[in-house]
Amino acid sequence: METVKLTIDKREVEVPKGTTILDAAKSISIDIPTLCYMKLEDLNYENNPGACRVCMVEIEGRRNLAPSCKQECLDGMVVHTRTPRVINARRTVVELIISNHPAECLICSKNGYCELQKVAYDLGIREIRYQGEQSRFELDRSASMDRNMNKCIMCRRCETMCHKIQTVGALTAVQRGFDAVVSTAFEKDIAGSTCSYCGQCVSLCPVNALSGRNSQQQVLDVLADPDKVVIIQTAPAVRTALGEDFGFEPGILVTGKMVTALHQLGFDYVFDTDFAADLTIMEEGTELLQRVAKYQAGDPDVKLPLMTSCCPGWVSFVEQHFPGQIENLSTAKSPQQMFGAIAKTYFAEKLGIDRNKLVVVSVMPCLAKKYEASRPEFAVDGNPDVDISIYTRELARLIRYANINFSELPDGDFDHPLGKSTGAGVIFGTTGGVIEAATRTAYELYTKKNLEKVDFEELRGLAGVRSATIDFDGLPVKIGIAHGLGNARKLIEEVKNGTSPYHAIEVMACPGGCIGGGGQPFHCGSMDVLHRRASALYREDAGKKLRKSHENPYIQQLYKEYLGEPCSPRAHELLHTHYFDRKEQLGLTVLTDK
Amino acid sequence: MNKVKTLDDLWKMRESLRKTIDLREKSDNPENVVQIRVSMATCSIAAGAKEVMSYLNEALAREQVDALVTQTGCMGYCYAEPTIEVAVPGRKAVVFGHVNRKKVDEIITHYIKEGSLIDDIIPVTYNTVNPE
Amino acid sequence: MATYSNYILVCTGTGCRASQSEQILQNLKATVEKHGMQGDVQVLRTGCFGFCEKGPVVRMIPDNTFYTQVTPEDTQEIVEEHLIKGRQVKRLLYLNPETNEHILDSKHMNFYKRQYRIALRNCGFINPENIDEYIARNGYIALGKAVTQMTPDEVIKVIMESGLRGRGGGGFPTGLKWQITRKVQADRKYVVCNADEGDPGAFMDRSILEGDPHSIIEAMAINGYCTSANHGLVYIRAEYPLAVERLKTAIQQAKEYGLLGDNLFGTDFSFDIGIRYGAGAFVCGEETALMHSMEGLRGEATVKPPFPSESGYKGYPTNVNNVETYANIPIILLKGAEWFASIGTEKSKGTKVFALAGKVNNVGLIEVPMGTTLREVIFGIGGGIKDGKKFKAVQTGGPSGGCLTEKHLDLPIDYDNLLAAGSMMGSGGMIVMDEDDCMVAMAKFYLDFMVEESCGKCSPCRIGNKRLHEMLQKITSGKGKREDLDSLRNLAMVIKDTALCGLGQTSPNSVLSTIDNFYEEYLAHVQEQRCPAHQCCELTQYFINLEKCKGCTLCARVCPVNAISGDRKIPHAIDQQACIHCGACIEKCKFKAILVR
Repeated sequence: METVKLTIDKREVEVPKGTTILDAAKSISIDIPTLCYMKLEDLNYENNPGACRVCMVEIEGRRNLAPSCKQECLDGMVVHTRTPRVINARRTVVELIISNHPAECLICSKNGYCELQKVAYDLGIREIRYQGEQSRFELDRSASMDRNMNKCIMCRRCETMCHKIQTVGALTAVQRGFDAVVSTAFEKDIAGSTCSYCGQCVSLCPVNALSGRNSQQQVLDVLADPDKVVIIQTAPAVRTALGEDFGFEPGILVTGKMVTALHQLGFDYVFDTDFAADLTIMEEGTELLQRVAKYQAGDPDVKLPLMTSCCPGWVSFVEQHFPGQIENLSTAKSPQQMFGAIAKTYFAEKLGIDRNKLVVVSVMPCLAKKYEASRPEFAVDGNPDVDISIYTRELARLIRYANINFSELPDGDFDHPLGKSTGAGVIFGTTGGVIEAATRTAYELYTKKNLEKVDFEELRGLAGVRSATIDFDGLPVKIGIAHGLGNARKLIEEVKNGTSPYHAIEVMACPGGCIGGGGQPFHCGSMDVLHRRASALYREDAGKKLRKSHENPYIQQLYKEYLGEPCSPRAHELLHTHYFDRKEQLGLTVLTDK
Repeated sequence: MNKVKTLDDLWKMRESLRKTIDLREKSDNPENVVQIRVSMATCSIAAGAKEVMSYLNEALAREQVDALVTQTGCMGYCYAEPTIEVAVPGRKAVVFGHVNRKKVDEIITHYIKEGSLIDDIIPVTYNTVNPE
Repeated sequence: MATYSNYILVCTGTGCRASQSEQILQNLKATVEKHGMQGDVQVLRTGCFGFCEKGPVVRMIPDNTFYTQVTPEDTQEIVEEHLIKGRQVKRLLYLNPETNEHILDSKHMNFYKRQYRIALRNCGFINPENIDEYIARNGYIALGKAVTQMTPDEVIKVIMESGLRGRGGGGFPTGLKWQITRKVQADRKYVVCNADEGDPGAFMDRSILEGDPHSIIEAMAINGYCTSANHGLVYIRAEYPLAVERLKTAIQQAKEYGLLGDNLFGTDFSFDIGIRYGAGAFVCGEETALMHSMEGLRGEATVKPPFPSESGYKGYPTNVNNVETYANIPIILLKGAEWFASIGTEKSKGTKVFALAGKVNNVGLIEVPMGTTLREVIFGIGGGIKDGKKFKAVQTGGPSGGCLTEKHLDLPIDYDNLLAAGSMMGSGGMIVMDEDDCMVAMAKFYLDFMVEESCGKCSPCRIGNKRLHEMLQKITSGKGKREDLDSLRNLAMVIKDTALCGLGQTSPNSVLSTIDNFYEEYLAHVQEQRCPAHQCCELTQYFINLEKCKGCTLCARVCPVNAISGDRKIPHAIDQQACIHCGACIEKCKFKAILVR
């Protein structure tokens, strides 16, 4: 490999050609502060517009300072990262940014995680010499997220994520000069934009310009209401990440402590979304087999490949950008909504109470789930199947409110009957998990044989697009997997063009799947965090006795007592849904079809 | 419209278009060419100045003399109309009287081309073509 | 082909058109026809003559009479007196302000005497809407010679030896730029003409495109030949409708003549030109921002490298040159590198077009050899300061440049001298200021522009310029403190040091150069709360000189806030509390009785 030699702060360093000064400095333990820069290598995400001008360094022989995040090392370069000129420039620039940033750290939900706060602290800024007018933008609230653009520092991470990785294109810089801000097309509310609520922008925002919608008070209110029975379901990815907000290493499963904490918070029943994930597999797996059977029988109207529908960000993306392909989506509801539907019928009946007295709360790694819960088709006479959806960080905050010393908690167990799950339900939380779980069940349902080896390694990993062919006893089932909407776009374009080779496609909108969801504790640009969360889920799966959804005894009981067969009329009524052409609704046809 | 297919095509085209721009280029740098002013007052016109002027243009073109022919008001030599003032680069301007076709030919051949003096030069009392 | 014995050239540049030159043109045509002279006289529309101060301008050929400030009503007289009777219309001739004599033709006007028109050679001379006139002026010959008789390297060599440098502001050697793009291997390349002229008051590119569009087309094709690019794009602001129109006409005509399109001059070189419109953002004049704007993206700069020559329009190698740079190319190839290199200074060859504006007598578009002094430009060509006031400073390089003062007047203008003096060549804006101009207010004015025009991408430019502007606002309203000047300078230096693109890095130049050259003026504002030029209205006070006031009541009647009171024929007084310093009273007072302090 070609290398270059340079001097940074009087120290010689040799790096591969093409290395930035920032990385070269890092290799000799010089941490140059950055603000807009962010790189997530495995996801092909790199945001380096060179916009914040915090990482400036002095290069001998150059008239101006250079941004170390952009400037490549050249042979013989002499770089200084901490001369008075550099420090003064950095401080002045950070002061400028703060001068247009509301000084409300004490009441900001990003307090302690804010990257601007950290940079300012490290630079020892104690006064703001340059003060003046501040931006005044209206707060934009939507079902899933809030935009407080007064806090925006124009790092453009959200825009890069939205455009380059997710290819959603909802966010872009608009206006000029001091008025410049990241916004939607024609500066509409986020709800009127093409946003799919994947929440990836929120997870990368260095400050608190973009944040998840806050529902904590609603949860506290229902918990305090003596007339309500409040139950909670917890998504698989939550337990792998919640501990991070309490000082645990990423990838430490805190399932038992979480359950105990929820009981202590006052939830009447603590259930597991994994149970509903098993249920989803029963329905979706059956649906896949039915479609394949119809296809083999020569039915020209059957829609293949079947696309998973458990990710609401992905569902929105299809509805908005590919309305022609909505029939390829599985009609099975997502686990969250299946859980809600079963809880407010089957479980309410078991308790002998009216559905209006039962409050279903979900804790999800996801912001789109809030929006999903609010979709009108998921309500009966105005009473939603899932009343409140909160995300992992909100749960951590609720636990803090309640003065619960999380790390000291003993492990607790989920309640029954909606708390028991198999390993198949667990791996729903990571990319490839849904399709692996479905394969385990569909294989046995189709071949009527016992599946010996349940670990489908070929479906795992973090490559953006993966594919595998699973032999269903002579029937080769082709499977495509994508995580991140930009990768998903590649697969659905094939579907649209009629060139898709797959029978089934799994998509999760967030890079990494739910473990990297927009509601998870901030990974602050560390890929390692995502890897560890994913491996934790596979560990839990491997440790389970039951690893196939159809083997879950409570699922079997549910069908026997209540639903009959998978995809029966009753199951269809409660567990399946339909989709809408939202391209038309948003008036996007003209814009995007040109 | 014939397309330009070779550089030669363009040169030919340019040559034929040359004269449309010629007058302007000359007038931009009048001191480099022969400047001729034709008196075009009422008396001059009555004496045939218009015909003289058009013949002058014709003859200059025929004889390939780079010249700039302009008209001017009464020069004051009404007795000698038509009158023209001729300024050859490097020489003092001279006014000729009683100009007709024959005289025009004579002026071109002898005065402009050969530099010899001919009849009918009017003693000049003032300059109208600014030398410099 | 018809030839005429007389031509009437009517300037239809944007300035003259605004003063009805189209009507003048129509009237002249009608009058000529009325007298049956259409066979002898041709009335032509041309591009800008440059002498905008005295527009609309009409030039008579062959006697080269230069009529100024012509109105549509004057046309009959011009035809009947000048053409029929051979008598000049004296009242329309330019009056030499020094001698009070009428000047017959442009050659004898100071404004033109010192000029040397290379880039503007065809402006005001040919009809820009007729390709034949351009060809008659040896148009497209340079292109023909280049593609049939020279290799790209030979052409580049000529351009390099001519010493031509980019006229858009940076002054990068044009030949070198072409060579760099030439050396990059790619299956597709572009050449781009940057016609996004955004400096306030600058209109040289506009005038060239309006007056001589074919020269740009020809130069771009030559550029394409040299860099192996078959596609040319002109990035032009949509606010230049006339330039766009003429350019479109010119491209169409060139295509019809086979001078654009496939296999030019029978060679295998093909070249086509398209137009991309800008929405008028100053930053889009910056190469990378321009590229993004052309791609349909937000017009904002990106960090260089990569330079456009490596990765430009849609990722293809792209050579970007400014309009004026291109305008010089064909004639350099025709007359040779030596000829061009013989004009100008050691490191800056050729001429430069300036848009001369501000408090100078002859406002207009001028072209002078590099090395001409500021004094010659301002006092020679510009005819000195308006109303006999005292020269104070001249801003060159537009808002990105800096101000130069009395001590710089004998500085020969070239790229390096201007840079060394704390300003820059820029695209050629030149705004002259007199003793009535406050330099702090001037800096504020330019900052105001920069705040508006920043793309908002990098923090120092987006927020820093806003803060600079706010500080200047504070100082000009008398609320500034001595310490503010240090903060002001620090911030300006940091912006210069850290901003992402050329716009940001140069944006504080107006502050830095005024604070360097006019520190006392800043001090007066912050220490004495006084504006020495009496321009900052919050620091000025209006008084009535009781001895001079005749009590005519005129001032009291025009005062919009009724701050002036007094009885008829008795000296009036101004209520300082109510006065808003608008200056309306001064304009009305016939007795010079109102004083400003």
